[in-house]
Formats: sequence, structure tokens, C-alpha cells
Amino acid sequence: MDFLTNSGVPISWYLILSAILFAIGASGFLMRRNIITVFMCIELMLNAVNLSFISFSYMWRQVDGHIITFFVMVVAAAEAAVGLAIILTIYRNRRTLEIDQINALKN
Amino acid sequence: MDLILFFLLAFVAVGCAINLVLQSHPISSAISLIGVMVSLAGLYLLLGAEFIAAAQIIVYAGAIMVLFTIVIMLLNSGKEAPGRMNNLSRFLGLPLLLVMVGLLAMVLVQVVPPTQEVKFGNFTGGGPADLGMLLFTKYVLPFEATSVLILVAILGAVVLALKEMD
Repeated sequence: MDFLTNSGVPISWYLILSAILFAIGASGFLMRRNIITVFMCIELMLNAVNLSFISFSYMWRQVDGHIITFFVMVVAAAEAAVGLAIILTIYRNRRTLEIDQINALKN
Repeated sequence: MDLILFFLLAFVAVGCAINLVLQSHPISSAISLIGVMVSLAGLYLLLGAEFIAAAQIIVYAGAIMVLFTIVIMLLNSGKEAPGRMNNLSRFLGLPLLLVMVGLLAMVLVQVVPPTQEVKFGNFTGGGPADLGMLLFTKYVLPFEATSVLILVAILGAVVLALKEMD
């Protein structure tokens, strides 16, 4: 019990958790067919990268990683606004959210 | 206590992430993503990043996910049709994913010094004061560039959404 309450967590575990989340997000990005879910998988990957930035920031005892995470959040917010507007436009023009049917550039 | 909290939050995060990928309805995926973000905010607190944890809850779980939920509601997006996967991806996808994560974990364990341990309270540089000091001195140029980025994003979103009116 003493082990559970007193010991710290190795920093590499945080990085491994980040890698697992990124892999799940990437597989969802490739696997899913709904464009909104694909977009959410991108957000999941961004979050995983943020976790590794914060872990490295802790490792080097510097705040720079926090700043980068802050910028990633800002870019993600801007990306979500523009991306969802694009999704709305696609739905209005083509009446579908399935990415398999949005293939105008293919032919 | 650190270990218990880490495992609790990590299991919630990974479970919610897997649920995000496996659910067939987008609204279930959105709620799972909120679970991932909230547990990641807890992990940020353990790592001493108080300001980022608060921003994670407010910006990600608050603003961005509300935007997602509104769009799902607006488009009345229903269940996703079961995807047709070819045999190669059906049988090789999961093993290859596990191999990739295993390789990454192996490299990380070897590269990162094992003496580095995360104890809550060992690093207290993540408060708003320290962050603001760095943001307005060393990173002031990217910060100003961000304002242009947000302006462009707003204009782009408005232009894309306005097409319907005319």
C-alpha cells in the first residue's frame, strides 16, 4: 500500500499514454466514414500531442511546452470553426456526410 | 496517490478514446471525446499545468465540443452505415496498430531517463503568472500572429456560412 500512495509515476508512462491516444485517433481517422467523427479523431490526436508537450515541459522544468500547448489549442479552435463551416457547406451542396460519397476530385 | 490517480485518469481516457472510435452515432463519439478531454485535464493538473488544465476544460470541452454538438444537431446526422473494409485491413489493422504502439513505447522507455518521476507539486511553474510572463516576452510575436489567424478563421467561417443567403 505504501508503494501505491508514495511513489511517483515515471514520465515515460505519460508519453506512452500519449502514444496510445494518438494511435487510437489515427486508426479512427482511417476507419470511420462519417466526416464529423473523422474531424473528432483529429481533435483526439491533437490532444494526445498536447499531453506529450506537457510531459516534456515537466521533464525539463520549463514552461515553454505549456505555451506551445496553448497555441495548439488556439489553432484547434480556429480549425474547428472553419472545418465545421466547410462540413456545413458540403452537406448543403451534396446532402451527405459520408466521406466515401464526397469524391468529386476523383474523376 | 499519484499512481492511483494516473491509472484512473489514463483508463478513463483510453476507454473513452476507444469508445469514440467504435461508436456508430456521432453524438456518442462527441460525448466520449468530452470524457477524454476532461481526464486529460486531470492529468495536466498532476503534471503541474494548472492554467492549461483550466483552458482545456473551458476551450476544448466547453467551446469546441459545443460547436461540434451544435453541428451534429443541425445536420441531424444519423447512424453511420457499416463501413466496408477489405480483408487486409480487417485482419492486419489491429495487429499493426499494436506493433506501432509497442515500438513507440519501447523507444520511449529507452530514451527517457527512468529516474524522472512525476510527483504532484514538484513543478509549480504552470500558473497563469509564469505563463503570461513568457507569453508576452519570449513568445510575443507568435502571440500577435495568432490574432491574425483567428481573424482569418472568423472571416473564413462567415464567408462559408453566408453562401446560403444569396
